[in-house]
Amino acid sequence: MTTSSNAEIIEQFGLVSVSKTPPLREYLKDTWQRIDFIKELANARSTQQYSDSLLGRLWQLVTPLLNAGIYFLIFGVLLGTRKGIENYPAFLVAGVFAFNFMQTTITASASCIPKNDKLVKAIHFPKLVLPLATALNAVQQYVISLAVLMVIALATGEPLTLMWLALPAALLLQAVFIAGVCLVVARWGARSKDITQLLPFFLRTWRYVSGVFFSITVFTSKFSHWIGVALKYNPGAVYIDLIRDCVMNTVTVSYYVWIAGVFWAVLLLSFGLVYFYRGERTYV
Amino acid sequence: MSRPTVVIDDVHIHYRVVLGAGIGSAAGALRSMVSGSKPSQVVKKVHAVKGVSLVAYEGDIIGLVGRNGSGKSSLLRSIAGLQQPSQGDVYTSSRASLLGVGAALNKSITGNRNITLGGLAMGMTRSQIEELRPSIVEFAGIGEFIDMPMGTYSSGMQARLRFAIAAARQHEILLVDEALSTGDTEFRRRSQAKIREMASHAGTVFLVAHGHNMIREVCTRAVWMEKGQVVLQGNTQEVLDAYEADMEEQPKR
Repeated sequence: MTTSSNAEIIEQFGLVSVSKTPPLREYLKDTWQRIDFIKELANARSTQQYSDSLLGRLWQLVTPLLNAGIYFLIFGVLLGTRKGIENYPAFLVAGVFAFNFMQTTITASASCIPKNDKLVKAIHFPKLVLPLATALNAVQQYVISLAVLMVIALATGEPLTLMWLALPAALLLQAVFIAGVCLVVARWGARSKDITQLLPFFLRTWRYVSGVFFSITVFTSKFSHWIGVALKYNPGAVYIDLIRDCVMNTVTVSYYVWIAGVFWAVLLLSFGLVYFYRGERTYV
Repeated sequence: MSRPTVVIDDVHIHYRVVLGAGIGSAAGALRSMVSGSKPSQVVKKVHAVKGVSLVAYEGDIIGLVGRNGSGKSSLLRSIAGLQQPSQGDVYTSSRASLLGVGAALNKSITGNRNITLGGLAMGMTRSQIEELRPSIVEFAGIGEFIDMPMGTYSSGMQARLRFAIAAARQHEILLVDEALSTGDTEFRRRSQAKIREMASHAGTVFLVAHGHNMIREVCTRAVWMEKGQVVLQGNTQEVLDAYEADMEEQPKR
């Protein structure tokens, strides 16, 4: 309870409670004004990540190249696994890169608030900055992976088509969706560390049902139609397929998948923003 | 009477401290789950600030004194909105800023990039930062090291850069915690002069310092805290004399 003399002063001079969170619109505007801070924080992170290695940020390129090389060697050359897929190496690399991006970003966002504990305790800023910087850092890495994927696709005989121009759109939809997921997970992660123990299991299950290394259409042909639809339109499979649709002539998806891509992105980002905002007071 | 800028209204602050988490074994945790007894984890509540009320006006420079653990820093953080009071609230005329951006800086990037990062963290724009960059570099006095990763600096150089960045901006309500003025004697003198200069420009200043000389010199009022409560507040000389007398009587209260 406010004592009467204090209440008078507060009202007369229009003082504002420091623990009050601004309305959502203003909160988002505050965050937008910190966009340069978000970028700089993401850049500092990438520098730090590779600061002790000789190749430095070159690892951002070398790591996906090495990964792609191994998949190419094992599945393309040695095993020759086809499973009804024409260009399996490109199919697999696209799946692995797209899913790894989602997996690493979500994992990182779970700890983005506890990890920045010192910053949160020293400076006042909209905490939305932290999961967004985490997502931005991962997107930068992902763009390099996608460049490697394009090389692999061309090397394995995919032609350059007009669909390649849609790749930025596919990337944008996936990034927006993932940013939304990160906001939800970041709030959970701020409350307790248990989520970091559970996440790997969820993510592994998700990986298996998202058609990272097999074709959902071929795999579910012996099950009921609805299982196939459910798997195909789960966001994991949707965004992987959109990437494949862009760079692989041998994979074409219906425009329903593109619509699903827009749907999941809009849904998760708007839900994530509101959900994260509601927890703002609990992050300090 | 001048305009009030900060109203601290019956603020209580509790910390939840988890004692012994992770000490018990998995088997023990399972046993307690099965038997339905309380888990071995002990959560202790620490009552750091116990009902502090205070009104600060424009032009006030308020010194907070008291022994370690008296709740000064917690109170300061609650004024900045960095610590949620468990009861009561703090009202301000504009966002109060705690002087210190050390936490925002990154040791693997250069001093120059840290100036950008720290400035952005404090809410400055890129053009404001560029305007202030030369004076920050000069005040930090670290020469060509400014283009080297901050991790390569000596601890004194790091402290100087941290302070120079934090002090670059003008604040209407400024909160200063003692730990800031580290470094050699010469730099300590310069940083104290800088704090005094900032205080003269700022509307209201809260200053936590162990060095009472600084408080005697710059503060218009002083508040003595003990175990989360205000023991005495008012004229700087009187409060400090009473506190120092008490310290001599009971060095550890």
